[in-house]
Amino acid sequence: MFQIHCPHCGATREEEEFSYAGEAYIARPAKPEEATEAEWGDYLFMRKNTRGWFWEQWQHTAGCRKVFAVKRNTVSYEIAGTWTLAEGKELYLKESEA
Amino acid sequence: MSAYRVSRASQRINEKAPLTFRFDGKKYKGFAGDTLASALIANGVKLIGRSFKYGRPRGIVGHGAEEPNALIQLETGGHTVPDLKATQVELYEGLSATTTTGFPSLNFDLKGLAGQFSRFMPPGFYYKTFMGPAKAWPFYEEIIRKAAGYGRAPVDPDPEFYDHLHHHVDVLVVGGGACGLWAATLAGRAGLKTLLVDEQSEVGGWMLSDARAVIDGKPAMKWVSERLAELKSLSNVTVLTRTTAFAHHEQNLVQAVELVQDHLPIAQRVATTPRQRLHKIRAHHVVLASGAIERPLVYGNNDRPGVLTAAAGQTYLNRYGVAVGRKVLLLTHNDASYDTALDLAEAGSRVTLIDTRQRGAAAWRLDAAKKAGVELLLGYGIAEVQGGKAASGAKLVKLDPSCLTVTGKGPTLSADAILSSGGLTSTVHLFCHNNGRPYWNEERLSFVTPDEGRQGISVAGAVTGRWGLGEALAQTHASVSAMLIGFGRNPSSTCPVSEDQDIQPTRRVFRVPDGKPEGHGAKALVDFQNDVAAADIHLAVRENYRSIEHVKRYTALGFGTDQGKLSNVNGFAIAAEALGMPISQVGTTTYRPAYTPVTFGALAGSHVGDTFDPRRYTAMQSSHVSRGALFETVGQWMRPWYFPKGNETMHQAVDRECLATRNSVGVMDASTLGKIDIKGPDAREFLNRIYSNAWSKLDPGKCRYGLMLDENGMVMDDGVTACVADDHFYMTTTTGGAARVLNWLERWHQTEWPELKVRFTSVTDHWSTTAVVGPKSRAVLKKLCGDIDLSADAFKFMDWRDGTIAGVPARVCRISFSGELAYEINVDACYGHYIWEQVMEAGKEFDITPYGTETMHVLRAEKGFIIVGQDSDGSMSPIDLNMAWAVGMKKPFSFLGKRSLSRSDTTRSDRKQLVGLYTEDPKVVLAEGAQILSSRNTQAPADMQGHVTSSYHSAFLGRSIAMAVVKGGLKREGDTVYVWAHGKMHPAKVVSSVFVDQEGVRQHG
Repeated sequence: MFQIHCPHCGATREEEEFSYAGEAYIARPAKPEEATEAEWGDYLFMRKNTRGWFWEQWQHTAGCRKVFAVKRNTVSYEIAGTWTLAEGKELYLKESEA
Repeated sequence: MSAYRVSRASQRINEKAPLTFRFDGKKYKGFAGDTLASALIANGVKLIGRSFKYGRPRGIVGHGAEEPNALIQLETGGHTVPDLKATQVELYEGLSATTTTGFPSLNFDLKGLAGQFSRFMPPGFYYKTFMGPAKAWPFYEEIIRKAAGYGRAPVDPDPEFYDHLHHHVDVLVVGGGACGLWAATLAGRAGLKTLLVDEQSEVGGWMLSDARAVIDGKPAMKWVSERLAELKSLSNVTVLTRTTAFAHHEQNLVQAVELVQDHLPIAQRVATTPRQRLHKIRAHHVVLASGAIERPLVYGNNDRPGVLTAAAGQTYLNRYGVAVGRKVLLLTHNDASYDTALDLAEAGSRVTLIDTRQRGAAAWRLDAAKKAGVELLLGYGIAEVQGGKAASGAKLVKLDPSCLTVTGKGPTLSADAILSSGGLTSTVHLFCHNNGRPYWNEERLSFVTPDEGRQGISVAGAVTGRWGLGEALAQTHASVSAMLIGFGRNPSSTCPVSEDQDIQPTRRVFRVPDGKPEGHGAKALVDFQNDVAAADIHLAVRENYRSIEHVKRYTALGFGTDQGKLSNVNGFAIAAEALGMPISQVGTTTYRPAYTPVTFGALAGSHVGDTFDPRRYTAMQSSHVSRGALFETVGQWMRPWYFPKGNETMHQAVDRECLATRNSVGVMDASTLGKIDIKGPDAREFLNRIYSNAWSKLDPGKCRYGLMLDENGMVMDDGVTACVADDHFYMTTTTGGAARVLNWLERWHQTEWPELKVRFTSVTDHWSTTAVVGPKSRAVLKKLCGDIDLSADAFKFMDWRDGTIAGVPARVCRISFSGELAYEINVDACYGHYIWEQVMEAGKEFDITPYGTETMHVLRAEKGFIIVGQDSDGSMSPIDLNMAWAVGMKKPFSFLGKRSLSRSDTTRSDRKQLVGLYTEDPKVVLAEGAQILSSRNTQAPADMQGHVTSSYHSAFLGRSIAMAVVKGGLKREGDTVYVWAHGKMHPAKVVSSVFVDQEGVRQHG
């Protein structure tokens, strides 16, 4: 059981208050109709399934209902930090470039 | 009787407080402070159980959590607890326990006969022998189940209760031995919020068993009580005894179970106090001072009753005042066991110490042993224990200096107790629960924790492989001081001193050789609880199991309620030898919670019975109860199921409710539907994206049925949404889907379309909804409402109006889930009960009939309306459900799921599609879930065409109806299919899924 810091509420609370909401920053194709079968299938089904540091979304479902970004290690379950989606995206993009 | 009571200065039992207890119906005496095990041994009870596989006689081996054999059933009825270890059951007045094994009886065990043929029962015996024929398995199983297993699960409700307590501390110390106490003292003195947990009835750990230990120049137990007194005086320190830390999870969450009342006679337990309490401890830092457990050596018939670990022999003597035998053989390969021999000799037992080492222990110990009259046999091993239901002696062999081979015969000695010591095994479990790895220390012959611990965990004492008290305290002091610095505190105390004496190195022995090839001599047990012998591990390796995890699963090594606390290291070492690998390379199996068994009661805490899950009731609950409704649970809601009159069966009640509704008027409580208030200038655009159908042209005052798809194009929810104003909508969802849909809306809004100005509010509990349904519903409403024009032209199907019903402000929607003329009256929930009663009163002249979910299901099925999650299962697109009319393919924005509707898989022509079924025999109501075949042929592989999703008797049609999903079903109308369930085949015709009023005349009336 984690304790998770909600960047919107500014509080660290038990995992029970939150719901997992999948890998973070998967962009929906801007024009789905123009997406090929492979591209659309990629968006629907393919996930990084990273062993190690992983950007994911959590939602404070029993709190403020906000979705936010969590960087979590899928091996050690360590949480490096939590950010609003907008703040997290900058970091995420920087890491993806590196 | 071989064992006997002695009076020891160190003992923790109270001789002035005698207790009586029963074991297998027989009365015995013990003392306060005894465990059931110590009292049984003192009473000369040796045979406690029969082994799992071979039915071998078994007795008590250990003195704590490591005990593999003495599993007992405590008490009877609701209080009964199966498979407790007698070594961990504190004795109380009137305690009653029974053995858990032995079929048909403990003294005559059928499996014992099988044991004679054990060479025919190798590992994998059950798999290999009972492979086939498959039909015979139930027969084998019944017999195997009777003979196997241990205690019986309780069948009566538990009369006691349990609770949970959360802690947030700076430091959690696990283990209340000398090192744990010192760690807690240092943390406590530094002002840190500290919690110490220890599994035993009192703190002290091994100091309770070791009468010779000295700390700071005084007897160790005196030092222990001083520490305890100091800790109790500190307001920032809590000490919990009888509390086992059984699991360590991420972010330093430790779970511990406290046995609050288990040690009290049942009649003395306080009804308002829980029996056990689960502590959930979130610690900034954990100090693991979990100590070590002595393992036995592996030799022939080492599982006979009367054969114990040396540590157990020493504990029973010094702590409980019980000498395990008058003539004791002690087999060891290390110096520490000499203390056990000395203590026993001092208490009056005749002790022969058999040391596998040619030169034995350090000189001072050899001298002390000789002086105490201990007979020493150096360079010997035990080949085989003699005796059946109790050990009576042992055959010795002479060993070579490496202890790998037998060089000659040894004497045969008689004895009434045999002890052995194979060295200590560090209790590394909690360190490893959450990915930590121990390492093999060849000098200490144990898997131990690294000195540096791991992030958030310091390790202290014997868990690091420091067996000497002095070195363990020094290491603890250093480790905890470093932790204090991490907390920004200054460690100022001086380390307690205990002098470690000279010792001779331990000789590496696990399996004591008996001069015969493995498997030919007497059975040498490694794992007592699972009957795994050394030969079984060799066989597993011969059969090419290479990984220790596979060897474990093939032989069952380390399974069971003791989780291999005595057996694992011996098993790993024997496997390593068979594999020709170093132990460090073989490694350990995975340590998983729980360290010791935890009751379901403790895990559940107060989440049982009425407090298991919240129950939600609508405002009309008392009305439903007064009208005799039976209820069903939908999500957390309690919904009326049907309203039987007199002796009506459900079938009769539902028929009556259906006919009354179709012919006159019925009324249903629809308050449980999820309701979401959606506001904002972009609300309409948002609905266009989230629903598959179009919302651009829905004017205020109108409602529309909406279908929600996931991105795979599959239906995930449905419901009617009303346009209140251009920027304000009122969405309803399925009863069970309310929370999920709200989260779904939030996620899409926040992650993909944050630019849309729209907000969502759950208003499920704010509104009460009374659905008035049937041809007379307008007449009922007319009596209650003066300010809404109810005429068919002014208030059309799928319109809604604000107005006043029986004096209450109401939002009335003309929508229908039955195909009848119907109105749903939404009012503030405060008025829900009032409005329901007003409707009942107004409807009296039309014989208004309340109905529940069952009738609702029949009425909607007659119209072919789907229930999401019943007629669909997450793999049904709107096209599959014949609802293409609810998909706005021309909408400008590519709504959720749209692209997926043209995926090659979604457009296959042989997808399962929703159809209606008419059985050939109109009286047959098909089983929901029944498989559909295209012919009567049931030969495997069956030609599975689909399955029945909804099936009812329709009183209105006077026959059965069913909805089903069938491959390519929309083009198969008129075909005959065959529905198979419960051994019967029913031919049925594929028809339209709309059974009643296909033109929809009634709902527009």
